[in-house]
Amino acid sequence: MLILTCPYCGVEADETELHAGGEAHITRETVGSSDEDFEDYLFQRQNPKGIHFERWRHVYGCGKWFHAARCTNTLEVFGTYSAQTTEPPKDIRDKISGKRPGWSWGIFS
Amino acid sequence: MSNAVSALQGKAYDGLVRVEEAGLRGMITVRGNLSNTKLKSAATSLSAVDFPSTGECNCVEESGLAWMSPDELLLMTPYDKAPAAAQRMSKALEKQHHLVAEVSDARAVFFIRGPQAREVMSKLVPVDLSPGRFQPGQFRRTRMAQVPVAFWMRDETTFELICFRSVAGYVFDLLCNAAKPGSEVGVF
Repeated sequence: MLILTCPYCGVEADETELHAGGEAHITRETVGSSDEDFEDYLFQRQNPKGIHFERWRHVYGCGKWFHAARCTNTLEVFGTYSAQTTEPPKDIRDKISGKRPGWSWGIFS
Repeated sequence: MSNAVSALQGKAYDGLVRVEEAGLRGMITVRGNLSNTKLKSAATSLSAVDFPSTGECNCVEESGLAWMSPDELLLMTPYDKAPAAAQRMSKALEKQHHLVAEVSDARAVFFIRGPQAREVMSKLVPVDLSPGRFQPGQFRRTRMAQVPVAFWMRDETTFELICFRSVAGYVFDLLCNAAKPGSEVGVF
Protein backbone atom coordinates (compact mmCIF):
# COMPACT_ATOMS: atom_id res chain seq x y z
CA MET A 1 0.00 0.00 0.00
CA LEU A 2 1.33 3.38 -1.01
CA ILE A 3 1.08 5.98 1.75
CA LEU A 4 1.62 9.66 0.92
CA THR A 5 1.60 12.62 3.27
CA CYS A 6 -0.57 15.41 1.94
CA PRO A 7 1.50 18.62 2.09
CA TYR A 8 -1.64 20.72 2.59
CA CYS A 9 -3.39 19.00 5.49
CA GLY A 10 -0.47 16.94 6.80
CA VAL A 11 -2.51 13.75 6.78
CA GLU A 12 -0.83 10.43 6.06
CA ALA A 13 -3.24 9.22 3.42
CA ASP A 14 -3.18 5.78 1.91
CA GLU A 15 -3.68 5.17 -1.78
CA THR A 16 -7.41 4.50 -1.46
CA GLU A 17 -7.95 8.02 -0.16
CA LEU A 18 -6.10 9.59 -3.08
CA HIS A 19 -6.58 9.91 -6.80
CA ALA A 20 -3.64 9.50 -9.14
CA GLY A 21 -3.13 12.38 -11.55
CA GLY A 22 -0.39 11.02 -13.80
CA GLU A 23 3.04 12.36 -14.60
CA ALA A 24 4.14 15.64 -13.01
CA HIS A 25 5.87 18.71 -14.45
CA ILE A 26 4.47 18.50 -17.96
CA THR A 27 4.78 21.69 -19.96
CA ARG A 28 1.58 22.48 -21.75
CA GLU A 29 2.22 23.09 -25.44
CA THR A 30 -0.34 25.35 -26.98
CA VAL A 31 -0.88 27.87 -29.81
CA GLY A 32 2.40 28.37 -31.66
CA SER A 33 3.96 25.02 -30.70
CA SER A 34 5.36 22.71 -33.33
CA ASP A 35 3.40 19.57 -34.16
CA GLU A 36 6.13 17.40 -32.62
CA ASP A 37 6.07 19.28 -29.32
CA PHE A 38 2.30 19.17 -29.21
CA GLU A 39 2.28 15.45 -29.91
CA ASP A 40 4.80 14.89 -27.11
CA TYR A 41 2.68 16.95 -24.73
CA LEU A 42 -0.46 15.00 -25.59
CA PHE A 43 0.80 11.46 -25.84
CA GLN A 44 4.35 10.90 -24.66
CA ARG A 45 4.63 9.87 -21.03
CA GLN A 46 7.45 8.44 -19.02
CA ASN A 47 7.02 4.99 -17.56
CA PRO A 48 10.13 4.49 -15.49
CA LYS A 49 11.08 1.57 -13.32
CA GLY A 50 12.56 3.63 -10.51
CA ILE A 51 12.31 7.30 -9.61
CA HIS A 52 9.13 8.98 -10.75
CA PHE A 53 7.39 12.30 -10.17
CA GLU A 54 3.62 12.24 -10.11
CA ARG A 55 0.60 14.36 -9.41
CA TRP A 56 -1.91 13.17 -6.83
CA ARG A 57 -5.13 14.55 -5.43
CA HIS A 58 -6.24 14.11 -1.84
CA VAL A 59 -9.72 13.44 -3.11
CA TYR A 60 -11.37 12.03 0.05
CA GLY A 61 -9.62 14.55 2.26
CA CYS A 62 -8.86 18.22 1.71
CA GLY A 63 -9.36 17.91 -2.06
CA LYS A 64 -6.02 19.51 -2.96
CA TRP A 65 -3.65 18.48 -5.73
CA PHE A 66 -0.01 17.89 -4.82
CA HIS A 67 3.19 16.36 -6.18
CA ALA A 68 4.92 13.19 -5.04
CA ALA A 69 8.40 11.85 -5.73
CA ARG A 70 8.60 8.10 -5.36
CA CYS A 71 10.18 4.92 -6.68
CA THR A 72 7.85 2.82 -8.82
CA ASN A 73 9.94 -0.25 -8.14
CA THR A 74 10.16 -0.26 -4.34
CA LEU A 75 7.28 2.14 -3.55
CA GLU A 76 9.74 4.18 -1.48
CA VAL A 77 8.40 7.72 -1.15
CA PHE A 78 11.04 10.46 -1.26
CA GLY A 79 8.61 13.21 -0.43
CA THR A 80 5.54 15.18 -1.36
CA TYR A 81 5.42 18.86 -2.21
CA SER A 82 3.16 21.70 -3.27
CA ALA A 83 1.36 21.70 -6.61
CA GLN A 84 2.33 25.35 -7.16
CA THR A 85 5.69 24.60 -8.74
CA THR A 86 7.01 23.62 -12.16
CA GLU A 87 9.97 21.63 -10.90
CA PRO A 88 10.84 19.40 -7.94
CA PRO A 89 12.11 21.52 -5.01
CA LYS A 90 15.77 21.32 -4.08
CA ASP A 91 15.27 19.48 -0.80
CA ILE A 92 13.41 16.67 -2.57
CA ARG A 93 16.10 16.44 -5.27
CA ASP A 94 18.85 16.39 -2.64
CA LYS A 95 17.05 13.66 -0.76
CA ILE A 96 16.83 11.51 -3.88
CA SER A 97 20.50 12.20 -4.69
CA GLY A 98 21.40 11.00 -1.21
CA LYS A 99 19.61 7.71 -1.74
CA ARG A 100 20.04 7.13 -5.46
CA PRO A 101 23.19 8.97 -6.64
CA GLY A 102 23.24 9.74 -10.36
CA TRP A 103 19.49 9.60 -10.85
CA SER A 104 17.76 11.40 -13.69
CA TRP A 105 14.16 11.90 -14.75
CA GLY A 106 13.24 13.91 -17.83
CA ILE A 107 15.18 17.17 -17.65
CA PHE A 108 15.82 16.84 -13.91
CA SER A 109 18.69 15.10 -12.21
CA MET B 1 -42.13 26.33 5.85
CA SER B 2 -42.02 22.55 5.42
CA ASN B 3 -41.36 20.29 8.39
CA ALA B 4 -37.63 19.55 8.24
CA VAL B 5 -36.60 16.03 9.24
CA SER B 6 -33.18 14.43 9.35
CA ALA B 7 -32.25 11.57 7.02
CA LEU B 8 -32.93 8.70 9.41
CA GLN B 9 -34.97 10.59 12.00
CA GLY B 10 -32.87 9.61 14.98
CA LYS B 11 -32.54 5.91 14.18
CA ALA B 12 -30.27 4.09 16.64
CA TYR B 13 -28.64 0.70 17.15
CA ASP B 14 -27.12 -0.81 20.28
CA GLY B 15 -24.32 -3.27 19.67
CA LEU B 16 -20.66 -3.12 20.65
CA VAL B 17 -21.28 0.60 20.64
CA ARG B 18 -24.34 2.75 20.29
CA VAL B 19 -24.79 4.07 16.76
CA GLU B 20 -27.18 6.95 16.67
CA GLU B 21 -28.27 9.42 14.04
CA ALA B 22 -27.91 12.81 15.65
CA GLY B 23 -30.81 14.58 13.97
CA LEU B 24 -30.75 17.94 12.26
CA ARG B 25 -27.65 20.10 12.44
CA GLY B 26 -27.00 23.49 10.93
CA MET B 27 -23.93 23.42 8.68
CA ILE B 28 -22.38 26.19 6.66
CA THR B 29 -19.51 25.75 4.25
CA VAL B 30 -17.20 28.76 4.25
CA ARG B 31 -14.45 29.06 1.67
CA GLY B 32 -11.98 31.89 1.64
CA ASN B 33 -8.74 33.00 3.21
CA LEU B 34 -8.74 31.31 6.62
CA SER B 35 -6.08 33.63 7.99
CA ASN B 36 -8.28 36.65 7.37
CA THR B 37 -9.20 38.32 10.67
CA LYS B 38 -12.75 39.21 9.59
CA LEU B 39 -13.42 35.60 8.66
CA LYS B 40 -11.93 34.39 11.92
CA SER B 41 -13.82 36.78 14.14
CA ALA B 42 -17.16 36.19 12.38
CA ALA B 43 -16.70 32.42 12.58
CA THR B 44 -15.69 32.41 16.24
CA SER B 45 -18.45 34.78 17.30
CA LEU B 46 -21.12 32.72 15.49
CA SER B 47 -19.94 29.42 16.92
CA ALA B 48 -18.63 30.59 20.31
CA VAL B 49 -15.57 28.32 20.03
CA ASP B 50 -11.90 28.97 19.27
CA PHE B 51 -10.76 29.00 15.66
CA PRO B 52 -9.39 25.54 14.79
CA SER B 53 -5.88 25.07 13.48
CA THR B 54 -4.97 22.65 10.69
CA GLY B 55 -6.80 19.32 11.01
CA GLU B 56 -8.76 20.27 14.10
CA CYS B 57 -12.35 20.69 15.16
CA ASN B 58 -13.74 22.65 18.08
CA CYS B 59 -17.31 21.80 18.86
CA VAL B 60 -19.48 22.38 21.90
CA GLU B 61 -22.94 20.83 21.79
CA GLU B 62 -24.26 21.78 18.36
CA SER B 63 -22.00 24.76 17.65
CA GLY B 64 -18.51 24.44 16.30
CA LEU B 65 -15.87 24.99 13.68
CA ALA B 66 -14.00 22.37 11.68
CA TRP B 67 -10.94 22.82 9.50
CA MET B 68 -11.88 21.20 6.17
CA SER B 69 -8.97 22.24 3.93
CA PRO B 70 -6.49 25.14 3.69
CA ASP B 71 -9.28 27.35 2.32
CA GLU B 72 -12.42 25.76 3.71
CA LEU B 73 -14.11 25.89 7.07
CA LEU B 74 -17.23 24.15 8.32
CA LEU B 75 -19.39 26.21 10.64
CA MET B 76 -21.88 24.23 12.71
CA THR B 77 -24.86 25.71 14.50
CA PRO B 78 -28.20 24.50 15.80
CA TYR B 79 -30.35 23.73 12.74
CA ASP B 80 -32.73 26.67 13.04
CA LYS B 81 -29.89 29.16 13.54
CA ALA B 82 -28.11 28.25 10.29
CA PRO B 83 -29.86 30.56 7.76
CA ALA B 84 -29.22 33.64 9.91
CA ALA B 85 -25.64 32.56 10.63
CA ALA B 86 -24.98 32.10 6.90
CA GLN B 87 -26.31 35.59 6.26
CA ARG B 88 -24.11 37.11 8.93
CA MET B 89 -21.11 35.25 7.58
CA SER B 90 -21.70 36.50 4.02
CA LYS B 91 -22.13 40.02 5.34
CA ALA B 92 -18.84 39.85 7.22
CA LEU B 93 -17.02 38.63 4.10
CA GLU B 94 -18.74 40.77 1.49
CA LYS B 95 -15.62 42.77 0.63
CA GLN B 96 -13.44 39.76 -0.14
CA HIS B 97 -13.36 36.69 -2.35
CA HIS B 98 -15.36 34.02 -0.55
CA LEU B 99 -18.13 31.45 -0.68
CA VAL B 100 -20.72 30.82 2.00
CA ALA B 101 -23.25 28.05 1.48
CA GLU B 102 -25.78 26.62 3.91
CA VAL B 103 -25.55 22.85 3.51
CA SER B 104 -27.53 21.66 6.55
CA ASP B 105 -30.01 19.68 4.45
CA ALA B 106 -27.25 17.99 2.44
CA ARG B 107 -25.70 16.28 5.45
CA ALA B 108 -26.33 13.64 8.07
CA VAL B 109 -24.63 13.38 11.48
CA PHE B 110 -23.99 10.25 13.54
CA PHE B 111 -22.74 9.55 17.04
CA ILE B 112 -20.74 6.41 17.76
CA ARG B 113 -20.65 6.01 21.53
CA GLY B 114 -19.03 3.45 23.77
CA PRO B 115 -15.68 2.18 25.04
CA GLN B 116 -15.22 0.25 21.77
CA ALA B 117 -15.91 3.22 19.50
CA ARG B 118 -12.29 3.34 18.28
CA GLU B 119 -12.44 -0.29 17.30
CA VAL B 120 -15.72 -0.03 15.40
CA MET B 121 -14.53 3.05 13.51
CA SER B 122 -11.17 1.44 12.71
CA LYS B 123 -12.90 -1.33 10.81
CA LEU B 124 -14.27 1.16 8.33
CA VAL B 125 -11.76 3.96 7.74
CA PRO B 126 -8.11 3.92 6.53
CA VAL B 127 -6.96 5.97 9.51
CA ASP B 128 -4.78 5.08 12.49
CA LEU B 129 -7.21 5.58 15.37
CA SER B 130 -5.05 4.22 18.16
CA PRO B 131 -5.01 6.31 21.36
CA GLY B 132 -2.21 8.84 21.03
CA ARG B 133 -2.48 8.94 17.24
CA PHE B 134 -6.04 10.21 17.05
CA GLN B 135 -7.30 12.32 19.92
CA PRO B 136 -10.37 14.35 20.80
CA GLY B 137 -10.09 17.66 18.94
CA GLN B 138 -8.53 16.21 15.81
CA PHE B 139 -10.66 16.27 12.69
CA ARG B 140 -10.29 13.87 9.79
CA ARG B 141 -11.90 13.84 6.36
CA THR B 142 -11.59 10.45 4.80
CA ARG B 143 -13.32 7.53 3.15
CA MET B 144 -15.68 5.11 4.93
CA ALA B 145 -15.97 2.01 2.75
CA GLN B 146 -17.16 3.65 -0.47
CA VAL B 147 -18.22 7.12 0.59
CA PRO B 148 -16.56 10.30 1.87
CA VAL B 149 -17.04 11.13 5.55
CA ALA B 150 -15.54 13.42 8.17
CA PHE B 151 -15.28 12.71 11.87
CA TRP B 152 -13.82 13.81 15.15
CA MET B 153 -13.95 12.67 18.75
CA ARG B 154 -16.11 14.43 21.30
CA ASP B 155 -14.31 12.58 24.07
CA GLU B 156 -12.34 9.37 24.53
CA THR B 157 -15.38 7.16 23.83
CA THR B 158 -17.47 9.24 21.44
CA PHE B 159 -17.04 9.82 17.73
CA GLU B 160 -19.14 12.26 15.78
CA LEU B 161 -19.36 11.64 12.05
CA ILE B 162 -20.66 13.67 9.13
CA CYS B 163 -21.62 12.27 5.73
CA PHE B 164 -23.77 13.25 2.80
CA ARG B 165 -27.47 12.87 3.47
CA SER B 166 -27.94 10.72 0.37
CA VAL B 167 -25.67 8.01 1.84
CA ALA B 168 -26.92 8.22 5.45
CA GLY B 169 -28.63 4.81 5.19
CA TYR B 170 -25.48 3.21 3.79
CA VAL B 171 -23.27 4.69 6.53
CA PHE B 172 -25.72 3.66 9.25
CA ASP B 173 -25.78 0.07 7.95
CA LEU B 174 -21.97 0.00 7.76
CA LEU B 175 -21.63 1.20 11.34
CA CYS B 176 -24.24 -1.25 12.63
CA ASN B 177 -22.53 -4.12 10.86
CA ALA B 178 -19.16 -3.14 12.31
CA ALA B 179 -20.76 -2.92 15.75
CA LYS B 180 -22.37 -6.38 15.68
CA PRO B 181 -21.91 -8.20 19.00
CA GLY B 182 -19.39 -10.99 18.56
CA SER B 183 -17.36 -9.10 15.95
CA GLU B 184 -14.88 -7.66 18.46
CA VAL B 185 -11.28 -7.56 17.30
CA GLY B 186 -9.83 -6.24 20.55
CA VAL B 187 -7.00 -4.38 18.87
CA PHE B 188 -6.93 -1.36 21.20
